[in-house]
Amino acid sequence: MPKARIYITLKPSLLDAQGRVLENALRQLGFESVQGVRVGKYLEVDLQPDGDPYAQVEAMCQKLLANPVIEQYRYEVSDS
Amino acid sequence: MRAGVIVFPGSNCDRDAYYALRDVLGYAVDYLWHDEARDLGDYGLVVVPGGFSYGDYLRPGAIARFARVMDSLRAYAERGGLVLGVCNGFQILCEAGLLPGALTRNIGLKFRCMPVYIRVENAATPFTRRYRQGEVLRIPIAHGDGRYVCDEATLQQLRANGQIIFRYCSPTGALDAAHNPNGSVDHIAGVANAQFNVLGMMPHPERACELLLGSEDGRRLLEVG
Repeated sequence: MPKARIYITLKPSLLDAQGRVLENALRQLGFESVQGVRVGKYLEVDLQPDGDPYAQVEAMCQKLLANPVIEQYRYEVSDS
Repeated sequence: MRAGVIVFPGSNCDRDAYYALRDVLGYAVDYLWHDEARDLGDYGLVVVPGGFSYGDYLRPGAIARFARVMDSLRAYAERGGLVLGVCNGFQILCEAGLLPGALTRNIGLKFRCMPVYIRVENAATPFTRRYRQGEVLRIPIAHGDGRYVCDEATLQQLRANGQIIFRYCSPTGALDAAHNPNGSVDHIAGVANAQFNVLGMMPHPERACELLLGSEDGRRLLEVG
C-alpha cells in the first residue's frame, strides 16, 4: 500500500517563531553549532494502490494540507 | 436589521457576538450552523466569530473553510453582503481566500489576552464610517496565532488601496513595536477585501460594546444597519 510522507514548513522568507526559540534553547544547552531551526509538520497518508499517488498528494497539499501563502511542502511516496 | 452569526464546532465567541448584536444593538440575530448551506440574502451582516473551530487542527481556519456554510458565505460576499471575521473568523476568511494574507504564530509564542489600542486607518468603509480617520480604539485581543503576514506585493497593494483598516498602536496612536502584540507585518490588526464588504480583524469588537465591560469602542463597528 503506498504511503506518502509529507513535510510542511513555513516559507524561508517568514520568521519561524518556534524555530527561533528552539535555536536559542539548543545554543544555551551547549549545542553551539546550531545555526538555525525550522519547525514544521510531518504527515503520513496511506493510499489505495490504484491511481497516481503523486498527483493525489500534490492536490491534497494544494487544497488543504499546506497554505501556499505561508508554507512550502515536499513529499515522497513509498510502498510500506 | 437582521444579522447572522456562524457557528462552527469550537466557536466560542458566537454567543458574545449574538449578545452584542441582539441585546446591545437590538438586531434580529440568527445562528448559522456550519453544516447548512442556505441563502444569506436576508442578512445585513454575517459574523464569522472567534474561537477554535475544529480545534485549530492543521492550521487555524484550515478545516472550517470547507464547511458547507462557507459556500453560502462566499456567494453572499460576492453579492456585496457585509462579512465581519473576528479572530478565528479572520483566520478562516484568510484560509478561504476571501481576504489576502495569513495569520501565523505570535512572535513571542504567547497567547495574548489583553486590551490593546488600534488606530482606524480607513474610516470610509461600511464598518468604520462611524469612526474618525485616525481614531484610537481600545479593544481586547485573545489569540495565539495573530501575526498577520503577506508577501511584499500584497502588502503594497493593501497600502495603496486602503485595505489596511486597523493598525496596532500606542494609546496616543503611535506605531511602535512595543504596542504590536503579535509581530504583525506593518502593525496590521485588520484588513478588508478590495470591495470593502469583507473585514477581518484580530481584536474583538463584540467584547467592547458596553462600558460595563471596559470599553464600548467596538460598538460602532457593528452598527452597520
